[in-house]
Amino acid sequence: MIRVRGLEKSFGDVHAVRGVDLDVAAGEVVVIVGPSGCGKSTILRCLNGLERATRGTVEIDGVDLSDRTTDIDSVRAETGMVFQQFNLFPHLTVEGNITLALRKVLGKDKAEAALIARQQLEKVGIPEKVDAYPRQLSGGQQQRVAIARSLAMNPKVMLFDEPTSALDPEMIKEVLDVMLALAEQGMTMVVVTHEMGFARAAADRLIFVDHGRIVEQGDPTEVFENPTEERTRAFFDQIL
Amino acid sequence: MARAAGAPEGHRFEGIAHPEKPLDADSRWETFPYWILILAGIVGYLGYLALFNEAYEIAWERISEGIWMTIRITLWAFAISLSLGVVLGLGRIAEADHTASAPVRLAATLGRNLSRTYIEFVRGVPILPLIFFLALVIIPDVTDWLGVSRQTVDEFWRGVIALSIIYGAYIAEVIRGGVQGIPKGQMEAGRSVGLSRLQTMRSVILPQAMRSIIPPLGNDFIAILKDSSLLSVLAVADVTRLARQYSSGSFKFRESYVVLVFIYVTLVLFLSFLLTKLEERMTRDRKGER
Repeated sequence: MIRVRGLEKSFGDVHAVRGVDLDVAAGEVVVIVGPSGCGKSTILRCLNGLERATRGTVEIDGVDLSDRTTDIDSVRAETGMVFQQFNLFPHLTVEGNITLALRKVLGKDKAEAALIARQQLEKVGIPEKVDAYPRQLSGGQQQRVAIARSLAMNPKVMLFDEPTSALDPEMIKEVLDVMLALAEQGMTMVVVTHEMGFARAAADRLIFVDHGRIVEQGDPTEVFENPTEERTRAFFDQIL
Repeated sequence: MARAAGAPEGHRFEGIAHPEKPLDADSRWETFPYWILILAGIVGYLGYLALFNEAYEIAWERISEGIWMTIRITLWAFAISLSLGVVLGLGRIAEADHTASAPVRLAATLGRNLSRTYIEFVRGVPILPLIFFLALVIIPDVTDWLGVSRQTVDEFWRGVIALSIIYGAYIAEVIRGGVQGIPKGQMEAGRSVGLSRLQTMRSVILPQAMRSIIPPLGNDFIAILKDSSLLSVLAVADVTRLARQYSSGSFKFRESYVVLVFIYVTLVLFLSFLLTKLEERMTRDRKGER
């Protein structure tokens, strides 16, 4: 589903990603961990073209993002992205947030888009908030709306960029539960997170990234308990 | 208040002002907006002279004839400069996707640089010299170049176009500021659900930017009303022009300029009042959002 080869990304002098190869199969759940500033978010943002790779290729479902003839908008419509800061549209209701792209990108009519919005809100457990504005929701609810907004586009892949890092502790679980359910339904997911509980419960593969490179990867339990690399061990010692 | 909780019973922190404490009758006199009374007094007195004093009658008759001209200049110049400002303001921050085609990237680069040139040039010259320059040099050049008579564009339109070109640059900066004030995450979220850059701009960024754009835009509206007086140098018969004409012919300077100042201050205060109401309504709508 995702195929990354020799990915490098520089911001001026800062070499954020230094050669990453990554394959994610359909239905696979991959969790990326690593110290802050290690390049894990940048890798994720390259996967839907929010950042352009300095070198290397990113393919989503066989479509090469670095190819200039690629319609990046259509790739993005099929690649859901959930942000740390939710990034809901504050001037639109929950329904408006979810239906905007359905109508403008997929050309659905108002009634059909509204129906999809309701279905997705059921999925994330807050159908009663359909007419609320983002401001009226808790952080956890906002993030669930953001997930619903992405899911409504019926994506092939879902990318999560530290989805629980901006949440109060008591709201983390409600978001993780939605993500767990999604993983069980066979969604292809790439998740950057510090939630090791989620990695254990849902990840097929755990990837440890440091200094812009993949240091170690494998079965989550295996990587947690028997890291082969000293850097991985040091990282887990600090956060666990 | 939290500090008071641990204080001994009966002890009060008198003299410490707590903002949440309602103002008592003693200090209420300090917060009364006296300026409104004073201003109303001054404007009222000017109005009494201009409208009800016999000595001012002719001055009022002559000069007030230009009020409609002043309003027309203001409305036209605001409408044109707003359109120009939107184009220039968005042009100034035009950006092409890294995946965009070569013509789109070229257009964005051109747009950015041409807008910037325009804005920096216009903002680099004082308004009055620029009005002379535009109305008496550039516009005649353009009509000559088009091969039409210079009289095709009369004084009124020369003035309005000059003022519009100038305020277009100022409004462009207001638009740019409003758009750039929207967090980057909004564009990224729009793009991530598959909206194009233009779609995101129109459906996500601009509606939010409107809120921060409207107050400074109102200020520019008032500024255009005031600066329409500068067009009096072009023989446009606005209130300022008529006041100068009447006063130099009759030597009634006091009467002429009392009437003139009264007209401007009434128009401007009335506009400010409307704009304040508009802003209040917008902040009320904002409740429940953001």
